[in-house]
Amino acid sequence: MKPENRWWVILFAIGAVLLIARWFVMPDGFGRAYVKAVPQAVDAENPDGRWVIYEQAPMADYLDAERTNADQSVYGPSVSRTLGTWIAALLTLFVLSFVIRDNPLYKVAESIFIGVSAAYWMVTGFWDTIVPNLLGKLAPGLLRDWAVPGLGDDQHPELAYLVPLILGIMLLWRLSPVGGWISRWPMAFIIGTFCGLRLMSFLHADFLTQIRNTIVSLYVVDNGSFDAWQSLKNLILVVGVLCCLVYFFFSLEHKGLVGNTARVGIWFLMITFGAAFGYTVMGRIALLAIRIEFLMDDWLWLIDPTNKRLLAEAAGFFLPLFGMG
Amino acid sequence: MKRTAPLLIASIAGFVMIVAYFIPRTQTWGEDVSVWFDILAAIAFILGGGNLLRVQLKKISDRRPGWAYAAITLIAFVVMLTCGLLKIGSHPNEQHPAFAWSGTYNQTGTPFWWMYEYLIVPLQSTIFAMLAFYVASAAFRAFRAKNVEAILLLGTAFVILLGRTAAGVFLTDFIPSDVLIEDPTFMQHLISTLRLENLTVFLMDIFNTAGNRAIMIGIALGTASVSLKILLGVDRSYLGSGED
Repeated sequence: MKPENRWWVILFAIGAVLLIARWFVMPDGFGRAYVKAVPQAVDAENPDGRWVIYEQAPMADYLDAERTNADQSVYGPSVSRTLGTWIAALLTLFVLSFVIRDNPLYKVAESIFIGVSAAYWMVTGFWDTIVPNLLGKLAPGLLRDWAVPGLGDDQHPELAYLVPLILGIMLLWRLSPVGGWISRWPMAFIIGTFCGLRLMSFLHADFLTQIRNTIVSLYVVDNGSFDAWQSLKNLILVVGVLCCLVYFFFSLEHKGLVGNTARVGIWFLMITFGAAFGYTVMGRIALLAIRIEFLMDDWLWLIDPTNKRLLAEAAGFFLPLFGMG
Repeated sequence: MKRTAPLLIASIAGFVMIVAYFIPRTQTWGEDVSVWFDILAAIAFILGGGNLLRVQLKKISDRRPGWAYAAITLIAFVVMLTCGLLKIGSHPNEQHPAFAWSGTYNQTGTPFWWMYEYLIVPLQSTIFAMLAFYVASAAFRAFRAKNVEAILLLGTAFVILLGRTAAGVFLTDFIPSDVLIEDPTFMQHLISTLRLENLTVFLMDIFNTAGNRAIMIGIALGTASVSLKILLGVDRSYLGSGED
């Protein structure tokens, strides 16, 4: 066995031993999920519902229900969600293992992620866009009888939507080994539309709005007196925007007054990048904290920040001692 | 025809969007073209899925290194796609119980929901979370406070990181705050800004806003210029090399 593989085996063995030890320490085990059965009352003829949906429920509610009535069937453990919690926990560990080095477990997690993500976006695009916007316009009757019964009776086929259908088929032609130029037409449509949309939205929302927001008073009067603090803040803001814009203006050589102004602009930009860096790091660390909380709380039951188990377990343990529960 | 037609399509589609913005009578044109764009973008997802399928199948059939991972990708893709497209496990809409397909594809409890909840969400968030290690590691190796610019960048990042934590608030707790003072003076404002949590807000509201505004103005001008070049046919790079 290679030395690096030996280390992986040791690591997993330690993990397995810790999990087994964890199992014996807590009599209720860990990593389980509970659900509450909610019958769906669809109509008056069948008030008990035609089907049941299961909502996630805290363990405390399950234990309470069991204490009240041992034969209850409203709350119960969920096999699928428990399995999901375990798979999510293992995949989280697989991804985190990349911190040590690239390894087969990380590649497995990565492969699953690529597959499910691609499928997710395809399904979303199909049901949220193609079905209502394309099929709904071309064949509303068919859609009404099949998947969208609530579609209004006044909807009639709009033949103009044959254009995106044909362009879509031409786009899919890209998968064909011959006639690759055919997909240029829909590509040109996508690019042209995107350019038109972005041209206007950027000019309106970014260019004009940002300029308008930068035109602020440099002499602020508040309650009849000069507000030096707000004036200073406005002055820094205006000077900062102008200096940064001078830095971005490359038609003039950055020398003399222009060069000095551009240098001040660089200082402002560096502060901006520093802030962006700080926020990015904080965001990532927050995400990491959430993942670790998931491992410790939902999976291993080592912590309980929302008291969804500890209080219930304590009640289950202590109340019978006092003849309650 | 192979190159002129796409140029015309791009120009017409783009200018319809621009004209629709200015002339109310043509506003519906713009809305229709926008919906067509959404449809084509959704079909592009199908194209992406098809391409993924082709590439992975080729990898498996050629027994290239790592083909087993391609098989895992393929299985994950096919299972999730099937569950989503066929709405497996999905109940009908409450208003239309007689229509089996009227329910939503991502209902809680369906296999599609399960895979989103227990595969996509943890994998996506852990991959992004892992960047914390690499950002911190890269910063440690690359950042050196050797000039004014580097000091400003490092100092700002440090203040922002510290100012948003309880430790930052605790460190500068001795500096008087202007929050409870009625009508504070300039000096009181200035001194209060030295508190790390206030300094963070000051840097974000003034310096960061100034820098971001200039960047956004630059991006807007750049986008407008590139868009016009494409719509007027000056930039034709999206047509490819022109070999076919």
